[in-house]
Amino acid sequence: MSAYVAPLKDMRFVLNELAGLAEVAKLPRFEEATPDTVDAILEEASKFASEVLDPINLSGDQEGSKLSGGEVRTPRGFRDAYRKFCDGGWNALPFEHEWGGQGLPRLVSTPVQEMWKSSNLSFSLCPLLTQGAVEALLLRGSDALKQAYLPKMIEGRWTGTMNLTEPQAGSDLSLVRTRAERRASEYLISGQKIFITYGEHDLADNIVHLVLARTPDAPEGVKGISLFVVPKFIPDADGKAGRRNSARCASIEHKLGIHASPTAVMVYDQAVGYLVGEENRGLEYMFIMMNAARFAVGLEGVAIAERAFQRALAFSRERLQGRDLVAGGKTVPIIRHPDVRRMLMLMKSQAEAMRALAYTTAAAMDFAHKSGNPAERRRHQAYVDLMIPVVKGWSTETGIEIASLGVQVHGGMGFVEETGAAQYLRDARITTIYEGTTGIQAMDLVGRKIAREGGETAKEWIAQLKQFEAQLSKSNNENLVALRSQFAAGVQALADCVEFIVASSAKDPRPAFAGAVPFLKLMGIVAGGWQMGRAALAAERTLQSGERSFLEAKIATARFYADHVLVQAPALRNTVVNGAAGVMALSEDQFLAAY
Amino acid sequence: MKILVSVKRVVDFNVKVRVKADGTGVETANVKMSMNPFDEIALEEAVRLKEAGVATEIVVVSCGVQACQETLRTALAIGADRAILVNTDAELQPLAVAKLLKAVSEREKPQLVIMGKQAIDDDANQTGQMLAALLGWPQATFASKIRLEADRAVVTREVDGGLETDAIKLPAVVTTDLRLNEPRYVTLPNIMKAKKKALEVLTPDALGVDVTPRLTTLKVVEPAKRKAGVKVADAKALVDKLRNDAKVI
Repeated sequence: MSAYVAPLKDMRFVLNELAGLAEVAKLPRFEEATPDTVDAILEEASKFASEVLDPINLSGDQEGSKLSGGEVRTPRGFRDAYRKFCDGGWNALPFEHEWGGQGLPRLVSTPVQEMWKSSNLSFSLCPLLTQGAVEALLLRGSDALKQAYLPKMIEGRWTGTMNLTEPQAGSDLSLVRTRAERRASEYLISGQKIFITYGEHDLADNIVHLVLARTPDAPEGVKGISLFVVPKFIPDADGKAGRRNSARCASIEHKLGIHASPTAVMVYDQAVGYLVGEENRGLEYMFIMMNAARFAVGLEGVAIAERAFQRALAFSRERLQGRDLVAGGKTVPIIRHPDVRRMLMLMKSQAEAMRALAYTTAAAMDFAHKSGNPAERRRHQAYVDLMIPVVKGWSTETGIEIASLGVQVHGGMGFVEETGAAQYLRDARITTIYEGTTGIQAMDLVGRKIAREGGETAKEWIAQLKQFEAQLSKSNNENLVALRSQFAAGVQALADCVEFIVASSAKDPRPAFAGAVPFLKLMGIVAGGWQMGRAALAAERTLQSGERSFLEAKIATARFYADHVLVQAPALRNTVVNGAAGVMALSEDQFLAAY
Repeated sequence: MKILVSVKRVVDFNVKVRVKADGTGVETANVKMSMNPFDEIALEEAVRLKEAGVATEIVVVSCGVQACQETLRTALAIGADRAILVNTDAELQPLAVAKLLKAVSEREKPQLVIMGKQAIDDDANQTGQMLAALLGWPQATFASKIRLEADRAVVTREVDGGLETDAIKLPAVVTTDLRLNEPRYVTLPNIMKAKKKALEVLTPDALGVDVTPRLTTLKVVEPAKRKAGVKVADAKALVDKLRNDAKVI
């Protein structure tokens, strides 16, 4: 068995050497994020993740949340863990001081959230959804709504949900039908919402649903959707959870993974709701929060990859099978075998690359919010907008591959549930779907983020990559020399694709969209190679003063990444540039021609 | 009532300890260090006594290298009010630590000193007893329960035959056993507040204490590897081996 241990050394290395924690701590209101405080936070969070959340992960998966009489019971240990989580003040970590939060940078909340997600993805979704709801209220809620809901939600005593999806309105929210009728100071909400994460549960005193609905005279489509707060219990005069609102859980889904996280069908029958911001602008508000939400799901990919790797590593060091290829002799642990090593290195190198990309993107989000210089804010925001679909799409797709490798390392023992390896694969499977599927991310990347602006931000980033390549070429380390050559080919592949996307989209959007997902993967791989290259350079620089074993492993891992992962970029380029015709070649009827 | 708690920075209990190649001691470079778990229990007890309104101030003290400040910050986050580091790079043996703690106690004048019964690195189990002797205070070691009354502490101790309950006059020294309490998780707001609490740095010289070691470590070696067992044919062979090889019967 394997218990979760936060990769604190790698986290600190990425924070300090790659993501520039010291620079982020110089931004206004982030002065408290000094290295010693951040160390203490990571240390205590890792203890909590290992000792409280990890032990109820497997049992939570096996038991699942259960619905009876309209009420959901979370698995054993979840209530106690959630109470400890709130008592520890962890729920408040990312929020502003004025509402009772700790006001820490996203760069600091990111590794902490990675730990929650690694140790117990199902558990972590409850605070994540609350965070989304809090952000919506902070953004556009009236003062009265903020006063009534924010303090309790930030403390975690009340939790939040996001109600977007309806049976006929999934990726396409223009089809939302839930109605909102105006009354004096409130609205009456009626309709059905599905896939509502933690829509009903027994962890908190109240649940605050944020619901997308249409007023009777709203225009058709996305411009006629408004956002409402619909509490499970309507706050009374003292602000406490009072009268039961007519917002009910009709059922919870039987799912492939995240069994402990209750996914509710919610039925609103003239439920009392309060408008957030202005009518008909609900979807616009959702879009403002989208980067944060998609980033958070991308981080789930990193987290599950890390956890799957840890379990596979532990198993490979214990499982005795076969003999040493050269030395022969007694049966050896399977980590001695080259192919098992290859799988472990694929898991480790990509998990580290994804972590570095996620954390550096988190730092860019901090600069985009807090930098004193408006031009800097814009520059960082453009980079964040470009990178979010990659962090989301690439990290989650790779997260699934890594969780699958984790099962493979276990052999037959991975296919049975009791080893725990299978759970990560099942849990990871949702991450490429919710908050926008990989296809949606790739269309966002190719369409909105590249074609629409003529590839301006992407080209600026590519110029930065070329500068970095020049920096790499100064090193004589053979590993870095090898990495540089793969990286150069990757950057060229990326540049070719951006040219192709910009040029072809002007005439017809379909060729670029046909290769959008392969392009997203290519961009993730090259961005990951960039971060691994930066990591290797930093490791080389600090080799004499730092911890040798860790730093040498970092350089070797970067070299592996170059030879096994980065090397795929030119092939993906060919798919993107030449593959569109094949994608669209068949008529819809021809798909049936073989039957 | 003021309580003084001493904490030691030790190799984390999860780390597999390795002996240095030259046999002079245990490898501590790039090894995760934490607060001695027995001391964490001592501190937890002090914080509970403060939360119960019995104690008014908790001062936490550590002796050793500069990095002990991290351990003291953790102690401040758990709930100590202020911290003192007696900073020295010298090797510190139990008697030297007891002398340093005596000097700090004379400065701070606590009614109660609580510390772990031993540290998990060298397992000496001496410092508390030596401190009580040097101060001329009563001591209650291996505490599994502490109750404070007006001028005395009623301490339940874990002894070989069961539990023993002693009443000792204050001021006194109490050392803690594992079952006294279960330390809490540090909360995020308290981590943030810990930064702003006072941490004073002293030196053995300033306290007028000579910390020169009185014992010489000749060598440190790993425990002998366990040898493979043998199967015996029958009970007679077993008895024979127990009698003649193992010499236990």
